[in-house]
Amino acid sequence: MVFNKVWVFAEAAGEKVTSATLELLTKAREVGATVEAIYAGSSGDAIAAQVGEYGASALFVVDPQGGLPGQVAAAAIAQLAAEHNPDAILFAQTYDGRDAIGRLSARLDRPVLTNGFTLEVDGDTLKFGTAIFGGTTLIDVELSSAAPHLVAIRPKSFAAEPAGGGPAAVTSVAPADGGRAAEARVLEVFEEEQTGPKLEEASIVVSGGRGIGTAENYKPLVEELAKLLKGAFGASRAIVDAGWVPYALQVGQTGKTVKPKVYVALGISGATQHLVGMKNSDNIIAVNKDGEAPIFGVADLGIVGDVNKVVPALKEAIKAKLA
Amino acid sequence: MNVVVCVKQIPDPSVPGQLDADHTLDRSAKPILDESDSYGVEMALQLVDSSGAGEVTLISLAPNGEVSGLRTALAMGAHKAVLVSDEACAGTDALGTAKVLAKCVERVGDADLVLAATESSDGYTGTVPAQMAELLGWPALTFAKKVEITDGKVKIQRQTEAGYDVVEASLPAVVSVTAGVVEPRYPSFKGIMAAKNKPVDQVTAADLGLGDQVGWSGARQSITNVSQAPARQAGEKFEDDGTGAEKIVAFLENLKVI
Repeated sequence: MVFNKVWVFAEAAGEKVTSATLELLTKAREVGATVEAIYAGSSGDAIAAQVGEYGASALFVVDPQGGLPGQVAAAAIAQLAAEHNPDAILFAQTYDGRDAIGRLSARLDRPVLTNGFTLEVDGDTLKFGTAIFGGTTLIDVELSSAAPHLVAIRPKSFAAEPAGGGPAAVTSVAPADGGRAAEARVLEVFEEEQTGPKLEEASIVVSGGRGIGTAENYKPLVEELAKLLKGAFGASRAIVDAGWVPYALQVGQTGKTVKPKVYVALGISGATQHLVGMKNSDNIIAVNKDGEAPIFGVADLGIVGDVNKVVPALKEAIKAKLA
Repeated sequence: MNVVVCVKQIPDPSVPGQLDADHTLDRSAKPILDESDSYGVEMALQLVDSSGAGEVTLISLAPNGEVSGLRTALAMGAHKAVLVSDEACAGTDALGTAKVLAKCVERVGDADLVLAATESSDGYTGTVPAQMAELLGWPALTFAKKVEITDGKVKIQRQTEAGYDVVEASLPAVVSVTAGVVEPRYPSFKGIMAAKNKPVDQVTAADLGLGDQVGWSGARQSITNVSQAPARQAGEKFEDDGTGAEKIVAFLENLKVI
């Protein structure tokens, strides 16, 4: 037995649906007989083709018109849900996903389950799995509230597999009255320049932490090693908070979740905050001066040493191989 | 301007966490101010200071009348606090917490701005600011890494997956701030002494009219199983004797990535 209808809050970067959304759609097919999606943005037709390919039969599109997508989506979903009665609505644990699920929760008076990484449906019961204490303790939760159940899932929890469907049928809906909440306006959009593969999609990720010493060391140690390996570069929260690198590079509980083939942690101690975002990588290499650092507890290969010595030698060795 | 700051008093994160038999967090040790909240407290102090008038009021939901974390924020310079402490609140979820905190904002009155962290360091549900804003009917500017107040409006840089957006709304509004938005001050000795006598208005959920919406029953969810995550097996660890780079190269070659 599965749910009759499961909805997915679809997010996109420009006209490209995010991988987290495709993961949710894939899971939604497994737990729901009918999968439909909601998207707050201006590229409805492009999105419809992609969500359709991953199993959504319908797509509701609301144009935020300069408002915050999460707020606009929540107001629209509240109205649509009353009409269409979804059993569950899935969100990715992202910035807009969190805004949307939070507002919707208050509007519909439904609890939220967040930071999930497993989801099953047994009869009419939704079974949700999350982790606490930095991922060391697993918790299974069941809801006793009425539908729709509101669930947020961490990216990379499920595989994304296309179902080969045609474009989802698009229904455009007008923004619902959001009252004063709708007064928030997006005035400008800044995107960090990005070269090479995306952090969430790269098969090799090199990240730096406090142990790299200074902000100036980030480029030669972390960025250049990542480029040599054709990978993406990331960072721990410590050096993002210190202003060494932009937030977009943060890997961890509050940043991005990555699951590459190889994760290289340079000068990162391995606070639980960071481990949550990378410990499911296939292979982990760590270089850190402190041999007691928790990062060595998850590393397949640990080098207790100075990144300022190890990384330059490593770069030279890789260059020699590639030459 | 008057700023209300949501603060959470949490078990010391440097001590491994425990669950009690009823699946609530073991809070028997003296709690501390969640470090994530120190940024909102500092931001509030700076905004009130530069506006030339007004107060910083802390609001918090905590068991056992706990005030130790609140005293830290009061010692930083916050003027007063509302503490909701009530046995009925054990098991309260994020929405229940947002209901309690939204009622606290109304109890404080005349707030121009509510600040919160983007999530707590212990529970990290990460939805309370948006839930509160919806309950209050206010705009929510979330994930702020920069905050400016001008002419009755708040403008922030909102963190996004790709960079940041500049977002603006009129006041009153809820703003959630990321760590690093400002550099929190350390309480001075004078501040610590003064904090002991600052007013803490202690109320119950029932006082706020929320008797049946908090606790496990309000949360409408149950924990059916708790287990240890399979630990990732640590691999080999070497002291760098000059061959560290070679070992990494061999490891990468073995995986056929170079």
